[in-house]
Amino acid sequence: MYKLESKNVDFFYGTSQALKNINIAIHPNTVTALIGPSGCGKSTYLRLFNRMNDLIGNTKINGQVLIDGDDIYAKGVNVDSLRKKTGMVFQKPNPFPKTIFENVAYGLRVNGITDKKFIEERVETSIKQVVLWDEVKDKLKKSAFELSGGQQQRLCIARALAIQPSVILMDEPTSALDPISTAKIEELIYELKSKYTIVIVTHNMQQAGRVSDSTAFFYLGELIEYSATKELFTNPKIERTQNYITGRFG
Amino acid sequence: MKNFYKKFSERFIEGLLMISSTITSLTVVLIIFFLFKEGLGVFNKKPLEEGYAVVINRLNSVGKLNAEQIKNIYDQKINNWSELGGANDSIYLFRMEDISNYYTDEQIGENFEHLPDCLNSIVDSIKGVIAFFPEKYINKSFKGKQLEVDKVSLKEFFGGEEWFPTSQPVSQLGVKPLIYGTLWVSFGAILIALPLGLAAAIYLSEIAKGRVRRIMKPLIELLAGIPSVVYGFFGLVIIVPFIQQAFNLPVGETGLAGSIVLGIMALPTIITISEDAMRNTPRAMKEASLALGASKWQTIYKIVIPNSISGITAAAILGIGRAIGETMAVLMVTGNAAVIPTGILQPMRTIPATIAAELGEAPDGGLHYKALFALGCILFIITLLINLIVEFVSTNRKNTKH
Repeated sequence: MYKLESKNVDFFYGTSQALKNINIAIHPNTVTALIGPSGCGKSTYLRLFNRMNDLIGNTKINGQVLIDGDDIYAKGVNVDSLRKKTGMVFQKPNPFPKTIFENVAYGLRVNGITDKKFIEERVETSIKQVVLWDEVKDKLKKSAFELSGGQQQRLCIARALAIQPSVILMDEPTSALDPISTAKIEELIYELKSKYTIVIVTHNMQQAGRVSDSTAFFYLGELIEYSATKELFTNPKIERTQNYITGRFG
Repeated sequence: MKNFYKKFSERFIEGLLMISSTITSLTVVLIIFFLFKEGLGVFNKKPLEEGYAVVINRLNSVGKLNAEQIKNIYDQKINNWSELGGANDSIYLFRMEDISNYYTDEQIGENFEHLPDCLNSIVDSIKGVIAFFPEKYINKSFKGKQLEVDKVSLKEFFGGEEWFPTSQPVSQLGVKPLIYGTLWVSFGAILIALPLGLAAAIYLSEIAKGRVRRIMKPLIELLAGIPSVVYGFFGLVIIVPFIQQAFNLPVGETGLAGSIVLGIMALPTIITISEDAMRNTPRAMKEASLALGASKWQTIYKIVIPNSISGITAAAILGIGRAIGETMAVLMVTGNAAVIPTGILQPMRTIPATIAAELGEAPDGGLHYKALFALGCILFIITLLINLIVEFVSTNRKNTKH
């Protein structure tokens, strides 16, 4: 069974159509990269899976978006609990103005968990998962803003992991980071793959090539090509994909 | 040549700009200087009406009294000179209107020409006497003793519990009732305005749809532009009668009425500033919270409010500042009784209202006049403190933002 799936999805901001008939199916425990020039709809597509686009008024969706076979846009779906199934990592590190510990514990607290010991354990495992524990274990009570950009981004990933989602959505997670921090995050993505299904939006072709199993190329709201990463980068079937990945446009 | 002309005109404009900013700063400094010069003058004055004297029998060993002691004598709370360090004689209060008990109109004379002699003999013949009359009635043969009265002291000014600057024989210049009145009314106002304003700010920044916001925001900002006398009028006609009926009071002009009117007046400040602060919460931060399964309301009170807390604090403090300095509306609705308030449902008198109401009837340069300026100084210091706190809070905020 597919972990994530979209069937004939159209998406509109007001009257302008941002996505046109997108069909993608994603296997569990894989990394899928979404690439394409700015404004092609890849971020919009990513944000369909945790219904983040709901926050923008005057939008409309046609078709089906499925997680584990369930249509998440069906009537009666509780959006708050749906979002617990997915963790999201944003373009810029965006820790809360709280301590390092509270940043990771936040997702647990808002979901009604009060058991102190449980929270402590979960925070520790989550931070260890992103290989940040040794760097922050002595300053968990300090503000998250004291960390470097790369550390903040790993903390944000830990924050997403703490609620134990099965899917991680990453929206250009390394675009604001230096090469060393980027390498660390990429390494992390590779390790997290064994437990999570990851979808990553990226502008960086090399990154898509390095981290992903399959790649989807979007252009002007349409899905141009979707196939295994190796194939898409070495032997694209469509000329426009070829032009894009070789840097001839976009 | 053209270049020279350009250079010259730029110099000229720069000079103009410099002059206008210098003039502005100088004006501010001059106003403060004038305020404090006049205000501090109150401590150089005796709390006696100018041209009047308090006299006692020459055998009386008491030589100096302060305003409170004299007041207690006249209120008959002190009845014996021994309480003031004198001999054991009961105090005999002589008032000018009592003179007809001692002398007939003929004895005093048609044009009061014998009055000084009459007073002289009264003061001389009664051992425990204390009298208060114009200095011009003291003639060369006067045998009584002029009582020395202490200058207005800091303790009297700030510790006194009565504000009655025109009372005789000594003015009562205790600012406590006015300071308390100001604080009661202002804090009452902030208690009303803060929850309401915060709720409105949250609604406008986080919940309202674009169109609602576009209509409501200018409406709220319009509130700030209404003249305060209109607010006062509204309070007098609507709120005062309402309070009178609701609490079954003899009069509706109470601190509460002032608090409500000031609360309404402080609302636009509180709403616009805290709303701006909330809207400055990065979108990504809110989205991160929602993406973790937090509800909209959880996101508001766990992320948006903590993140904008310094802006909200600044809004609250500026709101208080507006309430403390407001004059006209408060003057119209609070009842202006200069009594230390014990509850919000009593008439109160604030510092600005006192200045506005009394300056017109205070003789230029006199004690009352200087006392009002001293009140102005107190108000200035309070608002200065408030502004410093705002400054501190908002710089703090810049430092914690990344």
